[in-house]
Amino acid sequence: MFTSNPFAALSVDISPAMMQGYIVLMVLLVMGGTILDMMHKKSAQYFFENAKKAKKSAKRSVSGGEKAAIAASVLANEVLTSGEFKNPRRRLSHLLTMYGFIIFAATTAIMIFGYSAPGTATPSILPTLWHIGALMLAIGGYWFWFFIRVDVSAEGLPWFRFERADLFIVSLLATSTFALIWSFTGGGLTLSFALFILASTVLFGGVYWSKFAHMFFKPAAAHQKKITKADGSRENLPPDYDLTDPEVQRKFPDIPMYMGKNPPNMGLCIKAEKPQHY
Amino acid sequence: MPTFVYMTRCDGCGHCVDICPSDIMHIDKKLRRAYNIEPNMCWECYSCVKACPHQAIDVRGYADFAPLGHSVRVIRDEEKGTIAWRIKFRNGKKDMELLAPITTKPWGSATPDLGKVPAPGKEMRDSQLLFNEPKYIRMDEGGLHTLESNGLEIKKGVQY
Repeated sequence: MFTSNPFAALSVDISPAMMQGYIVLMVLLVMGGTILDMMHKKSAQYFFENAKKAKKSAKRSVSGGEKAAIAASVLANEVLTSGEFKNPRRRLSHLLTMYGFIIFAATTAIMIFGYSAPGTATPSILPTLWHIGALMLAIGGYWFWFFIRVDVSAEGLPWFRFERADLFIVSLLATSTFALIWSFTGGGLTLSFALFILASTVLFGGVYWSKFAHMFFKPAAAHQKKITKADGSRENLPPDYDLTDPEVQRKFPDIPMYMGKNPPNMGLCIKAEKPQHY
Repeated sequence: MPTFVYMTRCDGCGHCVDICPSDIMHIDKKLRRAYNIEPNMCWECYSCVKACPHQAIDVRGYADFAPLGHSVRVIRDEEKGTIAWRIKFRNGKKDMELLAPITTKPWGSATPDLGKVPAPGKEMRDSQLLFNEPKYIRMDEGGLHTLESNGLEIKKGVQY
């Protein structure tokens, strides 16, 4: 079950060219939806105006090499490990969903473009990864939907309350769930296949209304945030002082006077507790 | 001078909701980001600004005494035990920084363990002094601290 390519069996009913055409259409829909979303929210305009403002109050210029190093750190921290999440549960759930989706989408494309023709043997690693990806996506997504997002006591948000903003997570969950059901029930043209296609069409076609496009905006915003730290503008925030630095101690004599020359780590204080939304 | 939230920075964690003394910071149900539901009721205490782990909350000053374009931003660093402010004039000519300690001991380490403190005796209960009062107002170290006991005297005029 785990090692058979469900798209190869499907090629009896639907030609591989049609399946490939569907994938191309979905990619175009994501691109179109993202561009429309940017035009509607004017997010790119806001982003560049903000960047210009930050440059004006910069204390030093950031070299190309530094920018490349910042881009690498954004890739390692914010993109690959979801480092912006302060809540470890949300971070873990996001990592499961993100990597699950990437594995699922990539193996789907590879299997459809490379191994969907009748009589082509698929390396067993691909369908295995496809199933694992769908499972990771489902686990991360259902965890988010039923445990992390739900907040009945404080915000009156039970699991069955839907918003338009839930279009992304619901279609994502429906895609992975129906894909797994479709594969486990033997594949072919079945009701679960129709629901799988419907869910994935909503997922990729609904970019304009959902938050799918965050995967493009978030890395750009994280990169810009680090640039403002490097050039000293810091969005008008105070610097990140090193309390053991003699220069800082000379400028702010209260620090060595009350805290000593080498202050200890004071602990997490209010951040030790999870917010309860009260 | 109400608070507002930079939507691109907020991750909807809810620390501001917990700390707001006016209960006006809420999480938007659709966007799952924090917002000030009633800016008129905001008394600019800066609690949410300091509690936000992403520095996603800022304060918009009233234009009559804090002209548009100025900036007052703060980072309360719990682990370092300091608070850092940066005040910028709108012409950019004044850009002031301040750093001050907010604790000198690790958080929670100076909480009195009242379970281990001996219970007040009969004499103490009958006394007009409150629990631990001489000790806590430092009379046990030779009386109240006064200008005289510290070798100081009041000078005439306004002293800075």
